[in-house]
Amino acid sequence: MNIKVYVPRDATALSLGAGRVAAAIDREAQRRGLRVQLVRNGSRGLFWLEPLIEVASAEGRHAYGPVTVQDVSSLFDAGFLDGKPHRLHLGLTDEIKELKSQQRLTFARVGVIDPVSVEDYVAHGGYAGLKRALALSPSEIVDAVTQSGLRGRGGAAFPTGIKWKTVLDQPPQQKYVTCNADEGDSGTFADRMLMEGDPLTLIEGMTIAGIAVGATQGYIYLRAEYPHAHRALDEAIASARAAGYLGGNILGSGKQFELEVRLGAGAYICGEETSMLESLEGKRGEVRVRPPLPAIKGLFGRPTIVNNVISLASVPVILAKGADFYKDFGTGKSRGTIPLQLAGNIKHGGLFERAFGLTLRELIYDYGVGSASGREIRAVQVGGPLGAYIPASQFDTAIDYEALSAIGALLGHGGVVVFDDTVDMAGMARYAMEFCAKESCGKCTPCRIGSTRGVELMDRVLANVDRERNLQLVEELCDTMLHGSLCGLGGMTPFPVQSALKYFPEDFRKTVQ
Amino acid sequence: MSADRALRDPLDDLSREQVEAALATYQGRPGPLLQVLHEVQHRLGYVPPAAIPLIAEVLNLSRADVHGVVTFYHHFRQAPIGRHVIQVCQAEACRSMHCEKLTEHVQRKLGVELHGTTADGRYTLEPVYCLGNCACSPAVMIDGELHGRVTPDSFDALIAPLS
Repeated sequence: MNIKVYVPRDATALSLGAGRVAAAIDREAQRRGLRVQLVRNGSRGLFWLEPLIEVASAEGRHAYGPVTVQDVSSLFDAGFLDGKPHRLHLGLTDEIKELKSQQRLTFARVGVIDPVSVEDYVAHGGYAGLKRALALSPSEIVDAVTQSGLRGRGGAAFPTGIKWKTVLDQPPQQKYVTCNADEGDSGTFADRMLMEGDPLTLIEGMTIAGIAVGATQGYIYLRAEYPHAHRALDEAIASARAAGYLGGNILGSGKQFELEVRLGAGAYICGEETSMLESLEGKRGEVRVRPPLPAIKGLFGRPTIVNNVISLASVPVILAKGADFYKDFGTGKSRGTIPLQLAGNIKHGGLFERAFGLTLRELIYDYGVGSASGREIRAVQVGGPLGAYIPASQFDTAIDYEALSAIGALLGHGGVVVFDDTVDMAGMARYAMEFCAKESCGKCTPCRIGSTRGVELMDRVLANVDRERNLQLVEELCDTMLHGSLCGLGGMTPFPVQSALKYFPEDFRKTVQ
Repeated sequence: MSADRALRDPLDDLSREQVEAALATYQGRPGPLLQVLHEVQHRLGYVPPAAIPLIAEVLNLSRADVHGVVTFYHHFRQAPIGRHVIQVCQAEACRSMHCEKLTEHVQRKLGVELHGTTADGRYTLEPVYCLGNCACSPAVMIDGELHGRVTPDSFDALIAPLS
């Protein structure tokens, strides 16, 4: 029998050489006349161990990593196909401390299965949620999602079930399910990993959404920067269609759902839901004025669900195991789990799915083991380019929507970017304004003009031109953008700026060289 | 080449064929403009300004509509590109690992600024805002292939085999 060897096709693993390692294993096996079946799985999300390869055995999978091409022949010599010791041997994958301590619900299959095989997906509990949904009425499905306490994982944290109910309540007509996969926040890669590692979970979640609200067409709006996710999604959609899980008569139920991937084109603003809808319609990604809500008048003017990848990918487990099961994880009003993404200047970066309530310190030091540079960690930015900078004195804050909000921060999409003590926070504040100026859609003045003025003001501050007066103006400008912008881009760009000013004032008052 | 000049340049036959093929693939689908532009760029490496009237006519849009969409999105290029496209991430996670220094090195090494193409048509250098490789910063994409934890030395090694 062929021995199964898993080498990830995840973009980060590939960026560290997984493709070359897979080819080397294949070559070496042939040279030695050994029968090896290579499975290109997703990543386990422990990126300091990538490329992480695994070998199937009776007692479970043995992990080896990080593997380079140069290690391959010595792995064969050591007998890695039988799980034998080697200096890169990490023991059984399931026993790796950083994996074992996670609570993987949404990411349960990522890194485990062949991402584009329906057979493998079903063998690991896939499509149990859809089968359950097909036995329920539309309002029962929506109720289950509402009762689970699931809130939008894209960043806004709006209750998913309420969105769905609004679409369900619209009179029967063409309705749409759209998935926001425009994961533009720096420091986030959960959507990417899910789409590359277990795209069928997203497809199943969208199918359930379609059945729940009576939508027959779904669109995944994927950013163009994710070519690997694009390939995985296209392959998985084709597999699902071939197996009867998509199309005109899903599993013989008479229900219909079709799915198409559409690419974005490098505009950060298209992660804002109304801008994304404009872009899906083939237009400039300019923000729409609300009301009407997308749930009432969305894509092509029809009732539309707009959900993030992780929100939709959390639906199958909620349906399969019940709302109460999911709700039992978490704390306060933050129910369930959140895939946290630890990035930037961090020794052990990666994705860690945990129930809400872990502290930043536990994430950064227990999982992350400190900075990559070995220097002191000075700040983290949580929630992407529009998230606040949090100083080390607040690292004991719990990671849940309310606790972060209480310190003037936000969780957003769950990305945590770590900075060591070489960071120039005034430079980062200027960058926030610069990014907003580049990415503003131009529809509203506070964002379009304000961000450009913000860069100019910060340049004067940095050059020590009339510094205190210009800092005062920065504060006032932030206030205007915060209250006067049409959407979160202009409205939240002040968060990183104000938090940098508040917690790191000394960086804004350095002597000019 | 200025945009005005390019607009007056007619579309050569080969490019016209490619644009027409892109239109034929997506025409008739709902809201197809972005898909058409992606396909044109995929085939030609950029969206020639001279293609805009043709795209507008076939999709029953105004030239201003099409021009507006092409220029809104950073991804769409309006000038021919080099044989190799190099994108260096400039976003926060990569900044925490000092991508500014890597970017300076790349600019010096290639002899071209961000958004530029080398005189010999070999490299186009672009900034990019997040490649989703944030736990292995700084990140660089070369001809669609992603690389993590890139240093000046490893960058030089990556481009050495490119012609």
